[in-house]
Amino acid sequence: MVLPDFDYYAPATLAEACALLAELGPGARVLAGGTDLLHQMKTGKRAPTALVSLKRLAPLREIRCEAGRGVVIGALATQNDLVDSPVLGARYPSICGAAHQMASLQIRHLGTVGGNLANGVPSADLPPILIALGARVRLVGATGERSLPLEAVFTGAAETVLAPGEILAEVAIPDGGWTGSRYLKFGLRRSGALAVAGAAVAVRCEGGLIREARVVLSSCAPTVIRSPAAEAYLRDKPPNDEVLAEAGLRAEADSRPRDSLRGSAEYRRHLARVLTRRALSRAIEEGHG
Amino acid sequence: METLTDPQGVKRYLVTVTVNGDRHTAVVKANLTLTNLLRDHLDLTGTKKGCELGDCGSCTVLLDGKPVDSCLVLAVEADGREVTTIEGVAQGGRLDALQESFVNHAAVQCGYCTPGMILSAKALLTRNPHPTEAEIRGAIGGNLCRCTGYVHIVEAVRAVAEGRVAPEDEGPGPWIRR
Repeated sequence: MVLPDFDYYAPATLAEACALLAELGPGARVLAGGTDLLHQMKTGKRAPTALVSLKRLAPLREIRCEAGRGVVIGALATQNDLVDSPVLGARYPSICGAAHQMASLQIRHLGTVGGNLANGVPSADLPPILIALGARVRLVGATGERSLPLEAVFTGAAETVLAPGEILAEVAIPDGGWTGSRYLKFGLRRSGALAVAGAAVAVRCEGGLIREARVVLSSCAPTVIRSPAAEAYLRDKPPNDEVLAEAGLRAEADSRPRDSLRGSAEYRRHLARVLTRRALSRAIEEGHG
Repeated sequence: METLTDPQGVKRYLVTVTVNGDRHTAVVKANLTLTNLLRDHLDLTGTKKGCELGDCGSCTVLLDGKPVDSCLVLAVEADGREVTTIEGVAQGGRLDALQESFVNHAAVQCGYCTPGMILSAKALLTRNPHPTEAEIRGAIGGNLCRCTGYVHIVEAVRAVAEGRVAPEDEGPGPWIRR
């Protein structure tokens, strides 16, 4: 299995990387962890003429708390950096848990947060929990930068709003006052299996009621989606079994899954219902995990 | 990193990688994987090629101490970093306790997954000397054994974690004569 030929660059700064991508044009791709990109190149799905490696941009690997922005995760943090992060362990163990369910240890040491988001695949494990927690992303290009909600990034299966040459640099999770969150995934094996379906939730409970909830589904539509029906239903409801079961039904109704090798549409709808109910229950009872 | 362009316009890159404690410098094309750098340029063929897509773990090496699938790492990306392959696990001509234990527990069948299994287990025990069985299974979750010899492999790792590696202590039976 041979990789096609390409030129390789490893710029020292983000600005240099953006300038280089602009200069090289649409044939160039960003290389972060490489676990998706090199796979796509080996299987003939992509043949970039140049790779611009981000490996020298060490500051983009940090995970930290920043006044006014909340928890900031650099796009080059590996999936295992998330699992081991003391910052996330203290604030959002639900993100550590989501990362821990991904792929295998070998892949988690290479694959990055930025890659998992920028690839835009509907079965990715990090977008659901990050969207549930209201994450925003910082996109940087040669002509400037912009910040937008993560959920606005995905436009279709493997399609995003990222312009050619634009780099997803950071994810920020503003303090949303959530009292609990959780991502649950169902895969065919515990290791090395993509999600047949997944559900992430974030809840704000107060005075014995669910004041606000976000419900996000993966592998249930061409993009990761929120369930507006489940979210609206949960507002100001008591967190009892009937309410959570009904929320699961509404999430199922909002899902638009397809049949694939990994699971039928009917099975995925079932999973959307069950995983939503269970994720809500865990987030309400156990907080962020 | 120094870049060299030949008369045909093909670019090559000067990479320096420390493998098993030795510094190696090689001139490589950008599309060379770390697996192929190790096997074809450095003749370290203990690192195996299986799926070449990051699914099977037979090409596992330690990159700066962490297990990675070397088929998904470009040689140019490993520039300046430290790699440990299966050839670097035995020290001073003596097998590592994990290697002894794999032999004693008949945890080697066809042997193809063994280098990757040993390196994944080595990384686990370095980080967590006394793992639970679930942690052992999690650590080798990215290493496939197509002989399906997982029970003996897990037992071999557990024996090292519990400080018993001699054949008479435990093990499946006297299948391997030493």
